[in-house]
Amino acid sequence: MFRQVEGSRAVAETVAACRPDVICAYPISPQTHIVEALSQLVKAGRLSPCEYVNVESEFAAMSVAIGASAAGARTYTATASQGLLFMVEAVYNASGLGLPIVMTVANRAIGAPINIWNDHSDSMSQRDSGWIQLYARTNQEAADLHVQAFRLAEELSLPVMVCMDGFILTHAVERVDIPEQADVDAFLPPFEPRQVLDPAEPVSIGAMVGPEAFTEVRYLAHAKQMQALELIPQIADEFRDQFGRDSGGLVSSYRTEDARTIIIALGSVLGTIQDVIDARRDMRRKIGAVGIGSFRPFPLEALREAVGHAKRVVVLEKSLSVGIGGPVSANVRTALAGLDITTYTVIAGLGGRPITQASLHEVCELARDDELEPLTFLDINWDVVNRELGRRQARRRSGPEAENILRDIGTVASGPV
Amino acid sequence: MTVPQTRHQVKFYQVGSFAVGNRLVEAEHRSVQSTTDRANALTSGHRACQGCGEALGARYAMDAAMHATQGQMVAVNATGCLEVFSTPYPETSWQVPWLHSLFGNAPAVATGVAAALAARAAKDQARGIGDGTPSVRVVAQGGDGGTVDIGFGCLSGMFERNDDVLYICYDNEAYMNTGVQRSGATPPAARTMTTQAVGSEPGAPFGQGKNVPRIAMAHEIPYVATATVSDLRDLEYKVTKAMGMHGARYIHVLVPCPLGWGSPAGLTVQVARAATQSGLFPVFEAERGEVTGVTRIRRLTPVEDYLRMQKRYAHLFSPTVREDVIERIQAQADRTIARYGLLDTDDSTEA
Repeated sequence: MFRQVEGSRAVAETVAACRPDVICAYPISPQTHIVEALSQLVKAGRLSPCEYVNVESEFAAMSVAIGASAAGARTYTATASQGLLFMVEAVYNASGLGLPIVMTVANRAIGAPINIWNDHSDSMSQRDSGWIQLYARTNQEAADLHVQAFRLAEELSLPVMVCMDGFILTHAVERVDIPEQADVDAFLPPFEPRQVLDPAEPVSIGAMVGPEAFTEVRYLAHAKQMQALELIPQIADEFRDQFGRDSGGLVSSYRTEDARTIIIALGSVLGTIQDVIDARRDMRRKIGAVGIGSFRPFPLEALREAVGHAKRVVVLEKSLSVGIGGPVSANVRTALAGLDITTYTVIAGLGGRPITQASLHEVCELARDDELEPLTFLDINWDVVNRELGRRQARRRSGPEAENILRDIGTVASGPV
Repeated sequence: MTVPQTRHQVKFYQVGSFAVGNRLVEAEHRSVQSTTDRANALTSGHRACQGCGEALGARYAMDAAMHATQGQMVAVNATGCLEVFSTPYPETSWQVPWLHSLFGNAPAVATGVAAALAARAAKDQARGIGDGTPSVRVVAQGGDGGTVDIGFGCLSGMFERNDDVLYICYDNEAYMNTGVQRSGATPPAARTMTTQAVGSEPGAPFGQGKNVPRIAMAHEIPYVATATVSDLRDLEYKVTKAMGMHGARYIHVLVPCPLGWGSPAGLTVQVARAATQSGLFPVFEAERGEVTGVTRIRRLTPVEDYLRMQKRYAHLFSPTVREDVIERIQAQADRTIARYGLLDTDDSTEA
């Protein structure tokens, strides 16, 4: 049913329709509205039976999820940013144990400096955690991906992260077709665990494994993700059959047929990029876009197929791999190895900085002439950077950088500098 | 033989000890270990050191819990000696469904298991099966490091929510699995690899201490108890009692570590007894934050006798006897004796 609804509410109602047995929650912006809404649904009896556990930290949230999932419960939690980092040890543990937990990550920057706004630093930091990572372009897709995520997770016995842009999606009110209970029930069978703590058939889970078997166990984790490469498109197809709309999949192409330049991105920024492409197509520019829907597993083949005919790709990414550039670009380069395609990295939208059409047009112009720097920081203010670099050179005790910069640009109350 | 009135009156003078497993007493006073259908929850073949107090304590605690639940139980384990010595396949020693996740999260993992079982019970009830109460119970266990240090936040959260979990801490007073380093449960003056017997104040410093049984009591959870491997019948009794209750329950068991304490492997039980008879380790139980029972000291011994049994305190006796340090430790014991009435003759609080 179509409703004008906040993204978080749409996700919460969709998760509820998936009938989770256990939800563990700890508040952190911008994920909070999701678990608030779920708390209301459980308390009001609209989601029942369901155990809703208010925990004392994100580390506990993921740990409760681990125990619940190992005991055979369909388990859900949500987090963001510092919260994701605080639970990291348990995040790796959940995937290592092969527990099909589904978690929403409302993408937000990581501090310091502390920042509550959107970028992809948090989930990108967990790209090697063994979790499947799906990225939503819209609130509709964010909702739909959760239904697919439970199917995928439980089929493979692997945890799945559904990543949606904090605030840009979580707090945006727009029209969403919230999956109907009957459709979800038809699409998502009851959870049949591959391993479970059961007194009738006692097993030890989480035993010490030495060099004699560790490699094999790790390989199987990789093999399961390779299996996901097959399963993700299948599930998206089945989803279309059941719900009548396209959601999910490994990659999505937009006007790439004869494109010489292709912009690659993840998440909600693809909407802005599509508008820019429409405008440039009107200007007879041969440009298109490819969205990566599944970052883990990384769709090497599908991406190669989607952009293989281009002359150049511009990877627009909302995270920075400090010391080298962009984590997405590194993966894209692996996919395009051996092809004569120039790859540019544009770091954009860090800590919530708006990614404007005007700036994207500028990037496209430079790329078209192959005048784009290999690594570009979109809309960076060089005056501010250079002023701080100068300060560092002038004085040994140059002070805290972030605060110096805030004082320079006058965002906070400032005294004489 | 006269019928014993309380468990404390079951004394086995024929062997001069409080040995459990005696099949000569009345059936209702026999220990779990004396029954032929005991669970052997932690069975033989594991890799614990000779004289390991933790293996002994875990065996008795888990068998008692299995007995109390008729085997309808799940165990959660923190990382540590117990986890490492009991799990490498094909030597896994657990006869219960058993889950190990991390060092610092066993209480939260146990909460998750309990939540899953509660959800299943509610589902069953909706289908006309059962009354909505889970038939399978949860016991979590960890060492002192996993409990009083790295797992403390999760433990407090589990207490505060009153989750239906019995958490058992096997306290050997240091990080033994990593080679004997100081934990928040390491007593003053004890030598560990990170509080070495060098300098003017050798061994662990006198801190404020971290008395987790009392912190657990401050949460006013249904049941808190302490026990040692010197009175295994008492340990069985407390685990059985805890499994008869719901909500968050905590049992803190003192388990000497011959390796870390430098005590002879054959004296584990005696060392634990000396800890209680000196007053350093009080054995009591508490409900909803109030002490309800105390095990009295039978033969009061000076702390010096206890300290002398262990090489971790050797620097207090050689090259010179550190009377000053021993006095401070004795003062601690005296305070504990007074606090819990460990020498009282009035039987009103006798458990």
